Amino acid sequence: MAAIDNLMNLAAEAESALDANVAEVDRILHICNACRYCETFCAVFPAMTRRLDFNVADAHYLANLCHNCSACLYACQYAAPHEFGVNVPKTLAQVRRDTYVEYAFPRVLGMLYRRNGLTVAMAVSLGVAAFLIGTILLKGSVFVHGLEGEFYAIFPHNLLAVLFGSAFGFSILALSIGVARFWREVSEPGKPVPLPNALGEATRSVLTLKYLDGGHGDGCNNEDDAFTLWRRRFHHFTFYGFMLCFASTSLATLYHYLFAVEAPYPYLSLPVLLGTAGGIGLLIGPVGLFWLNLRRNPLQIDEAQRSMDRGFIALLFFVSLTGLALLVWRESAAMPLLLAVHLGFVMGFFLTLPYGKFAHGIFRCAALLKYAIEKRRPNPVQAGSE
Amino acid sequence: MKIVIDVLVIGGGNAALCAALMAREAGASVLMLEASPKAWRGGNSQHTRNLRCMHDAPQDVLVEAYPEEEYWQDLLKVTGGETSEHLARLVIRASSNCRDWMRRHGVRFQPPLSGALHVARTNAFFMGGGKALVNAYYRSAEALGVKVRYDTPVAEILLDQDRFVGVVTEAGETIKARAGVLAAGGFESNREWLREAWGRNDRGEWPADNFLIRGTRFNQGVLLKFMMNAGADTIGDPSQGHCVAIDARAPLYDGGICTRIDCVSLGVVVNRDGERFYDEGEDFWPKRYAIWGRLVAQQPDQIGYSIIDRKVVGRFMPPVFPGVTADSLPELALKLGLPADAFMHTLNRYNNACQPGSFNHTILDDCRTEGLAPAKTHWALPIDTPPFYGYALRPGITFTYLSLKVDDTAAVRFADKPSPNLFVAGEMMAGNVLGKGYTAGVGMSIGTAFGRIAGTQAAAAALGTANPRTV
Ligand SMILES: Cc1cc2nc3c(=O)[nH]c(=O)nc-3n(C[C@H](O)[C@H](O)[C@H](O)COP(=O)(O)OP(=O)(O)OC[C@H]3O[C@@H](n4cnc5c(N)ncnc54)[C@H](O)[C@@H]3O)c2cc1C
Ligand code: SF4
Ligand code: SF4
Repeated sequence: MAAIDNLMNLAAEAESALDANVAEVDRILHICNACRYCETFCAVFPAMTRRLDFNVADAHYLANLCHNCSACLYACQYAAPHEFGVNVPKTLAQVRRDTYVEYAFPRVLGMLYRRNGLTVAMAVSLGVAAFLIGTILLKGSVFVHGLEGEFYAIFPHNLLAVLFGSAFGFSILALSIGVARFWREVSEPGKPVPLPNALGEATRSVLTLKYLDGGHGDGCNNEDDAFTLWRRRFHHFTFYGFMLCFASTSLATLYHYLFAVEAPYPYLSLPVLLGTAGGIGLLIGPVGLFWLNLRRNPLQIDEAQRSMDRGFIALLFFVSLTGLALLVWRESAAMPLLLAVHLGFVMGFFLTLPYGKFAHGIFRCAALLKYAIEKRRPNPVQAGSE
Repeated sequence: MKIVIDVLVIGGGNAALCAALMAREAGASVLMLEASPKAWRGGNSQHTRNLRCMHDAPQDVLVEAYPEEEYWQDLLKVTGGETSEHLARLVIRASSNCRDWMRRHGVRFQPPLSGALHVARTNAFFMGGGKALVNAYYRSAEALGVKVRYDTPVAEILLDQDRFVGVVTEAGETIKARAGVLAAGGFESNREWLREAWGRNDRGEWPADNFLIRGTRFNQGVLLKFMMNAGADTIGDPSQGHCVAIDARAPLYDGGICTRIDCVSLGVVVNRDGERFYDEGEDFWPKRYAIWGRLVAQQPDQIGYSIIDRKVVGRFMPPVFPGVTADSLPELALKLGLPADAFMHTLNRYNNACQPGSFNHTILDDCRTEGLAPAKTHWALPIDTPPFYGYALRPGITFTYLSLKVDDTAAVRFADKPSPNLFVAGEMMAGNVLGKGYTAGVGMSIGTAFGRIAGTQAAAAALGTANPRTV
């Protein structure tokens, strides 16, 4: 009972936070819409000028379009101590956290994660690792000599495939449900547009992280009004590192099923090369992002999201670190232990994927696509200009 | 006391920063004294959005051409001749080549927006507005070794006849330097002075008591007054300045751009007595908003009410605060506290006088009134479709024009003789070029041109190098 009450409270909390956050977006964007000095920093402001009022769906859309570059905070003539207290990046970040909860499937998990991302991520990962170590222990010692990197001697391939395949499958499903609901709510009927152009633009914006360049190419703000390109660079390390790891795993799966070539693969094989490069990216990127995160001006962010941010950064880092460690010591007696720990983090990553910071990438892609579509339609507000 | 500072710059807005940067680039050591705390630095400059620029051919963010002559004619027209052709042309020419320098110091300009190409011809817009510009200049200044002290209002200038010796801060500290630049803005934030300058009207009211200040609270005109009392030459009329009609609910200071009410030309404006008093549709609002401040200032209680109906919503820049809304005109009058009979009389007469035409808010259309005084000459649509909206308007002071007189060296003058080492820039001397009227972006053109001249001249005076007479 207590647990249910607790969840109900969480839900009510999330609800009223959402209402307050959306109301604040509406208040602030009315000021921005009358001011418009920040119109060329990013996509948020042009999208804003297509609206006169901002409902819940608009708030979610604009929040996910915002990359938190914070140019519009330092440039704002109405930022505190001005009585208007305009802070677009913080306000939108607060709504973004609501997006991850609102559209999470199932929502309860989203609410749990919202509370304490770092702890949940670590607990799940270490829990799974401990469980795996336990199963090995049942069979004997965790230090086994002479396996020569034979992972499947520890955990049979099919067991791993079923376990991880279903965890990953569930996560993808949960994320898809969330994004589909998000899309349904933010998209509106309108004249059809050349979709390939819109898709092309959105893809470019994603792959180049266009909106982390501040609109002028100098980058975004981290500690103060000075611009830096490092956030964009570390994001690129992380993103492309992740993609390379993903490619490596996909390729290995192909090798396994199509060509019946089983892991471990030689160091110079394509899956290992891709995985190593990706793994290195996934070390540099998260470490850099963590470093920036530590130094980020609290004015720019939703502090309640820190633990979620850091949970995700930490997961990526440990997935990569344990993966690389496994690669280096796969022939040693520590292999079973390393394998268990690595799989624990991978599982932790998969399970929390739809509820945490990973979702930000997906929702942002959706928002960028919507933007690329709507900007190709005539602006419904014909406000004129000076 | 040993003098360790070459150039002391008083102020912390665009003109001060331009002067400090130029002086530092010329090799002088520079200290800036800004009255405000860091969070409020940048005076009125933090509220600006663009710079009016001459160019003979398309130039990065500027489309087509805006030649010197056309710029000069525009200035001549708005000032009604209250300008100096020599200084005006100096500013105009400087505006054609200052932007590379600005970029080097981190200022970024907006690419022309598709909806605003007509202004992209005459004006270069700062990305993020004036606060982003001010931030960039401060970063660059500090990187170059310019020292900045915030919370340091200057109370007095120490002079040895026409020579600048140093300053005394409000806290009583004396700071000496080899040369000085005054860039401390106009007196627009000083309500007492505004009251005195605008005087008392026939109704016995002090109109300026109802003015709102669109910009900073720190431009109290302390140094303008000090220099006037010290015998510096001045130019301009203290009641002249840039005064626009803004939302009456705007904050007393720093309301900035967003408090504008852009629906005036799409409806009617009545005064406290429910009467119209001027042709709302005379020209596009951006060309007219600068006269509406004065128009409202002349009304009883210095208040006006812009009235529109549903038909034009979405056809003007959305106002920052929601309007007062009603389902009928009498109800709107009631909610706005206007005399309902007089209001309805005005509105009915107006609605009946509207001639059929094809409404188009993007051109000077043919919707006008017939047989109505004052007429409404464009965009005259009957106000008949609920809901109705009302926005109260007040005069908002942007900046004042009373100035220290200068020549093309930016030197402060005493009895028509230039000081050897005291210079002035920005609003404190803008009246030399802008005796009255206004055209968007010229404030920053003047401040940038004369800020840079003042900085160069002050560095030369301090370092004893040859006087690099600009022109
Ligand atoms: C809302 C608004 C919008 C505007 N938009 C534009 C625009 O788009 N384009 C344009 O060209 N112009 C615009 N202007 C006009 C423009 O702001 C001025 O022309 C220009 O900024 C003047 O620069 P300045 O450096 O002389 O003054 P300011 O920028 O006002 O700087 C004066 C500085 O002096 C400091 N100061 C004052 N007294 C003292 C003292 N006693 N001791 C020490 N420091 C002191 C102040 O704190 C301030 O930092 C706008 C003005 C306003 C209010
Ligand atoms: S963030 Fe501030 S300066 Fe930028 S558009 Fe909004 S109100 Fe204007
Ligand atoms: S923080 Fe950056 S991306 Fe977000 S709204 Fe502001 S300028 Fe745009």
